[in-house]
Amino acid sequence: MSILAAKGLKKYYRSQGGYFLRGRQFVRAVDGVDIELKKGMTLGLVGESGCGKSTLARLLLRLEEPTAGTLEIDGTDFLALRGGELRRARRKIQMIFQDPYSSLNPRLTAGSTIAEGIKIHKLARGAGVERRVVELLDKVGLPRAAYSRYPHEFSGGQRQRIGIARALAVEPDIIVADEPVSALDVSVQAQVINLLADLQSDLGLTYLFVAHDLGIVEHVSDRISVMYLGRIVESGPAVELFSLPLHPYTEGLLASIPSAKPGDRVRVAISGDVPSPVDIPAGCAFHTRCPKAFDHCSTETPQLREVSPGRYTACWLHVD
Amino acid sequence: MPEELLKIEDLRTVFRTEAGTARAVDGVGFTVGRGETVGLVGESGCGKSVTALSIMRLVTDPPGRIEGGSILFEGRDLLGLSEKEMRKVRGNEISIIFQEPLSSLNPVFTCGEQIREAVALHQKLGRRASKKKAIEMLRLVRIPDPEKRYGSYPHQMSGGMRQRVMIAMALSCQPKLLIADEPSTALDVSVQAQIIELLAELSAGRDMAVLLITHDLAVVAQIANRVVVMYAGAVVEESPVVELFDSPAHPYTKGLIDSLPRLGQRLERLPMIPGNVPDPFDLPEGCRFSDRCRARFEKCATEPPLFDLSGGRLARCWLCEGGGG
Repeated sequence: MSILAAKGLKKYYRSQGGYFLRGRQFVRAVDGVDIELKKGMTLGLVGESGCGKSTLARLLLRLEEPTAGTLEIDGTDFLALRGGELRRARRKIQMIFQDPYSSLNPRLTAGSTIAEGIKIHKLARGAGVERRVVELLDKVGLPRAAYSRYPHEFSGGQRQRIGIARALAVEPDIIVADEPVSALDVSVQAQVINLLADLQSDLGLTYLFVAHDLGIVEHVSDRISVMYLGRIVESGPAVELFSLPLHPYTEGLLASIPSAKPGDRVRVAISGDVPSPVDIPAGCAFHTRCPKAFDHCSTETPQLREVSPGRYTACWLHVD
Repeated sequence: MPEELLKIEDLRTVFRTEAGTARAVDGVGFTVGRGETVGLVGESGCGKSVTALSIMRLVTDPPGRIEGGSILFEGRDLLGLSEKEMRKVRGNEISIIFQEPLSSLNPVFTCGEQIREAVALHQKLGRRASKKKAIEMLRLVRIPDPEKRYGSYPHQMSGGMRQRVMIAMALSCQPKLLIADEPSTALDVSVQAQIIELLAELSAGRDMAVLLITHDLAVVAQIANRVVVMYAGAVVEESPVVELFDSPAHPYTKGLIDSLPRLGQRLERLPMIPGNVPDPFDLPEGCRFSDRCRARFEKCATEPPLFDLSGGRLARCWLCEGGGG
């Protein structure tokens, strides 16, 4: 069952060209994205820096207003909501941020950080608030003593647990996690991933898991969407997408991951760098780096289409 | 075993702050052979970067201070050199590249000019000769259209290109040792692969030793011959790369390798190491990993020495006493 459905989402930023570069340019950060979250499932969203994955995540919470497109959460038109209505609806969808250092208020104790949302949404009152916070601390594996401590007294992994508890405090249905473990040490990453998995099965949460680390995304996701320069280029069930990628970009990304096996030298599968989002190549945006590109790729943009049940790709190689 | 180029013994670097003394590098020792690529692996705060800065004598003093040990480079103790002598070693014999190339490059000079300056200073070449050399270096690191790119400013280049510029600069004086501190960490996966391959090729082609400092075991598996694993300021394991991944001797190394998600092998739960890296101001008694170790027993209350397991393998764990593993 679909709990969140976005269609044709776009976010353009006007780029001020500066004194020497008059004339308007647009950064097409998100350029026509359809996305669907199924209840209780995890959608992994991968892509390199600048591909628009974080902007897309922020659009879903309306932390940014989309330039175009529709967004439905639990059957309501999320984009039509205003004021108090929006605030109430936002309780359903919460975010966990990448940097556990800058995403916590240094002047608030862990307890007050977590309690804030409970009070705003009047989910408990009086001593009930404190009880609920202690329960949440326990749920994310923090000691009770954490209640009155400040962010700087915690390690990165523990801060991320506070961030998770804060998100859970308002009893959301959907959690958008934007690179939740990439700032953490390797040994701690696994702890946070496992915690997120436990919470999902306990509370029936739906996740959008945004990351650049394909290994982690494969591990946590049911379905995966791959983004490149503002568009989704491939989407499919995690296992199939990894065993048989359809889009040359996905294939290249997978081949670029160094494997932890000595002697198994990584192949340089994609040459060059990601082009600037101000100046996206015409046709298929990936054609400048694609080893399989042919004439057609530079003239017309391929649309995302279903090539086999549940598997979508935007590539001319898969159009008959 | 190649001839020894760098030999570090019992290196101790501390940071004294108001909060107390942090023993960032606490008795570290290892060697790097000529032309060899050694991976120095560990998590944040384990002392790997401070080890690198100590080799270059770039630890900011105060608060940092190298308190003991020796760093022998071709038999000469770098810790005994004057600042003037050390300046000749940096760049000429040992070069270093850092994680974030944007903060290592000067924003107001073109990339080419910065390489040219390094060449002119160290090799005493004239303007024209040094410019030619700089362009040659840009070509070597596969920057397309090097004559034109010579005039690009750092902000006009992508992250991958900037890291190539840093590598070009570091290699311009033919150092015998390149220290690469997280050279690919700030880059995208597809670009990371390009930089790793470039480093591997360049070191092989010029018989240059590389000390690759990283938290990423997968990167180490790609290009290192030998691996040194650090934890809380000390070396806990040293091993040729194949053996390290096949049969890690130290429980910490094993935990790190196990916790990597592997493509194509989805598990219900990722194996994990419980707890957190210890506070460098307050290191635990005995074995520093013991509070997170599943295999701990009574002996772990005393700090274990590095046991020699033969075959070039060392491990700081009581389980390895007597050569077992």
